[in-house]
Amino acid sequence: MEFGLSQDQKMMQDSVHRTLERAAPLARVREAAEANAIARDVHKALADLGVTGLLIPESFGGAGLKLLDAALVSETLGRHAAPVPFIAASVMAPLALIHAGSPEQQQRVLPKLAAGETIAGVAIAESVSGTRDGAGLTASGGKLNGKALFVMDFADADLFVVADRACGLHLVEANAPGLTKTSLISIDRTRTLGEIACNNTPAEPLQNGNAAEVLSRMRDAGWVMLAADTLGAGWHMIDQAVAYAKERKQFDRVIGSFQAVKHMCAEMAAELEPCRSLVWYAAHAFDAIPADAALTAAHAKAHTSEIGRFVARTATEVHGGMGMTDLLGLHYWFKRIGLNRQLLGGPERVRDLAAAMQGFAAAS
Amino acid sequence: MDLAYSAEYEAFRAETRAFLEANRHRFPSGWGGGNRPGPELLAWQRLLIEHGYAARTIPREYGGYGAEPDVLKSRIIAEEFTRARAPSGLSGQGISMLVPTLLEVGSEEQKRQYIAPTLRGEIIWCQGYSEPGSGSDLASLQTRAVEDGHDFVINGQKIWTSTAQYADMIFCLVRTEAERAKHQGISYILFPMSTPGIEVRPLKTMTGHAEFNEVFFTDVRVPQENVVGGRGAGWFVANATLKHERGMLGDPNAAGSRLSAIIELMNTETVDGQTLMQKPVMRDRLMKLQARVLAMQFHGLRLLTAAASGDDVGLARLIVKLEGCELNHQLAAFAIDVLGELGALYEGSPHLRAHGSWQRMYMFDLGLIIGGGTAQIQKNIISERGLGLPREPKLVRA
Ligand SMILES: Cc1cc2nc3c(=O)[nH]c(=O)nc-3n(C[C@H](O)[C@H](O)[C@H](O)COP(=O)(O)OP(=O)(O)OC[C@H]3O[C@@H](n4cnc5c(N)ncnc54)[C@H](O)[C@@H]3O)c2cc1C
Repeated sequence: MEFGLSQDQKMMQDSVHRTLERAAPLARVREAAEANAIARDVHKALADLGVTGLLIPESFGGAGLKLLDAALVSETLGRHAAPVPFIAASVMAPLALIHAGSPEQQQRVLPKLAAGETIAGVAIAESVSGTRDGAGLTASGGKLNGKALFVMDFADADLFVVADRACGLHLVEANAPGLTKTSLISIDRTRTLGEIACNNTPAEPLQNGNAAEVLSRMRDAGWVMLAADTLGAGWHMIDQAVAYAKERKQFDRVIGSFQAVKHMCAEMAAELEPCRSLVWYAAHAFDAIPADAALTAAHAKAHTSEIGRFVARTATEVHGGMGMTDLLGLHYWFKRIGLNRQLLGGPERVRDLAAAMQGFAAAS
Repeated sequence: MDLAYSAEYEAFRAETRAFLEANRHRFPSGWGGGNRPGPELLAWQRLLIEHGYAARTIPREYGGYGAEPDVLKSRIIAEEFTRARAPSGLSGQGISMLVPTLLEVGSEEQKRQYIAPTLRGEIIWCQGYSEPGSGSDLASLQTRAVEDGHDFVINGQKIWTSTAQYADMIFCLVRTEAERAKHQGISYILFPMSTPGIEVRPLKTMTGHAEFNEVFFTDVRVPQENVVGGRGAGWFVANATLKHERGMLGDPNAAGSRLSAIIELMNTETVDGQTLMQKPVMRDRLMKLQARVLAMQFHGLRLLTAAASGDDVGLARLIVKLEGCELNHQLAAFAIDVLGELGALYEGSPHLRAHGSWQRMYMFDLGLIIGGGTAQIQKNIISERGLGLPREPKLVRA
């Protein structure tokens, strides 16, 4: 038994961290967030490292790594609030192609995804957390109709992997006839979100597998990635709070010497650190322990979201008024954690699904 | 204990209802678009004061309505305004903090000069307490006021000053007695924001809006008679004001209307065609919050009664800011969760609900948990003053 990271994994995570330190300092994050645009330079730097092809088999130009490796990357992206596509473009969409694409589709798309030349958005929100505002796509005769909300990694996407109402999966070109794209603006502007509307839009089915099963796998992977992102963002906020508490003086002493402040910091650390183990386990289970995969992914997502909310507010509180300012930039992480919580189902929804998975009750 | 409404109160309720019915066409549609209350809102405020629905217990000679404090009537007003969805009177730091302070310790002249126009919304105030080096440790403030003839000449910097970018006046803490102990050298002074030597720099917050400011003073000249409550007494005057601020920040009526809005949200928003109210987990969270809102509303009644009779309720008053602000924050957090993915959307987005106000409140309310004495400082106060625990030992200087 061994529950920990390999030397290679640590090195890989560290090199992503160092790349982002250089390519995505706060000023770059701010610039991208103010435009709510992808930082193409940062994306390129990550693609050069192999991040975009992490999960894609070597035969298609990727690194052929596992979800745990992707989780380490996602955590690091969260730590830096990196304004790049990843969860949909480099995890969920490749998984869809790997598990449901035909050899021809794989050959055509995966190498470009691996190289980061193509960005793929993913539209599966309706199938995970239900339909709102009349959303939902129907497929018939190779055409899609309807709309999908909360499309992840939306901006600059060249194609979309979408789920229809019957849990079928499709590949849609971003410039396909009858496709309308509308950006959605979330609190977190370091990532992009959107809506697509289809009017007899041609789509290629991804049908080389059990689509419903693949859809669940995409969802599970998305959950683990969102949890990992919150883990990284949350730790960044704790680190910032601790550093501030060591420097800021009130009543002639550093505020970190007040037990009230120490306990806030300690509680954040004590609550968040177990999430790391949960995320690791869920990520590992995704590839190695099928029986546990969905359940631990759900718990990783829901629980880390709850702890993330606590950490985000508490770390802000440690900073006093300074924590509220745009200048300090702490809010980018606060909002990143806020968006992660809501995407692919809020905690209540995800826990409901977790109970249903175990046969405790049908999901409501 | 007597919560039944006697005939007198039922009559008062009918009267309030009739007033609201007759004046429905005068309800201002909003704040008025700008930073300051617009003409509609100012007219509404005047009407409310005239009929005793705002500034109700402020003496007539200072521009209020001059009624005796009456808990039940205040409650009836709050209930009927909520029921009619009528905008209640203006609030803000001038009305909620400065006016009670002037009533308590202001000179006759100051009361006559400032209270009435403040109540009417004609003078907007800002609160100049915090400084970059003096937040929780407010008494360490460094802004200096040096005597020069009939005036003080003020130099220094304030920070986190809400509404300073459009305020007419500031109530400000300055150090007038540099040589005295830190709590004893402070004065509370009023001056126009148009006084030469004041520079205001807005600070953008996490909500994306400039909700507070930095304010710089360079040789700002203010007559000595603008001091409130006596030179060197500023710390004690400020504490009186802070007490009022904390009452305002924990206002349970705000929580009540927020809860109503969430109930409406849960009854109208659907997922897969089911309303959120049909979801047991969401309903349970709603019920938990409702209990907390009710507890704080009833708590408010108890405090009003105590205030009217002069009873000291000790601890009960000290918890209001901590609990009230936390509750408001939790309500906004819950609304975001009720909205699911839609709850992550923000200003300017398609599909946005309530103009993004839930997210904005969620963030802004965190500011209120920090502002006006942080949650940790509130807990220190509750434990030390409310529960009699010893103070944290002072550092012995090496
Ligand atoms: C939205 C908002 C509006 C505001 N509006 C105004 C305004 O209009 N006018 C004005 O003058 N000020 C205003 N403030 C300032 C506010 O009063 C201060 O932010 C607050 O008093 C905290 O001070 P600080 O920001 O310097 O934080 P600090 O005092 O530096 O606190 C940092 C952290 O240390 C903790 N801490 C400090 N001392 C202790 C202690 N003894 N024990 C335990 N913990 C401690 C705090 O709880 C906090 O977590 C506003 C603030 C906000 C956020």
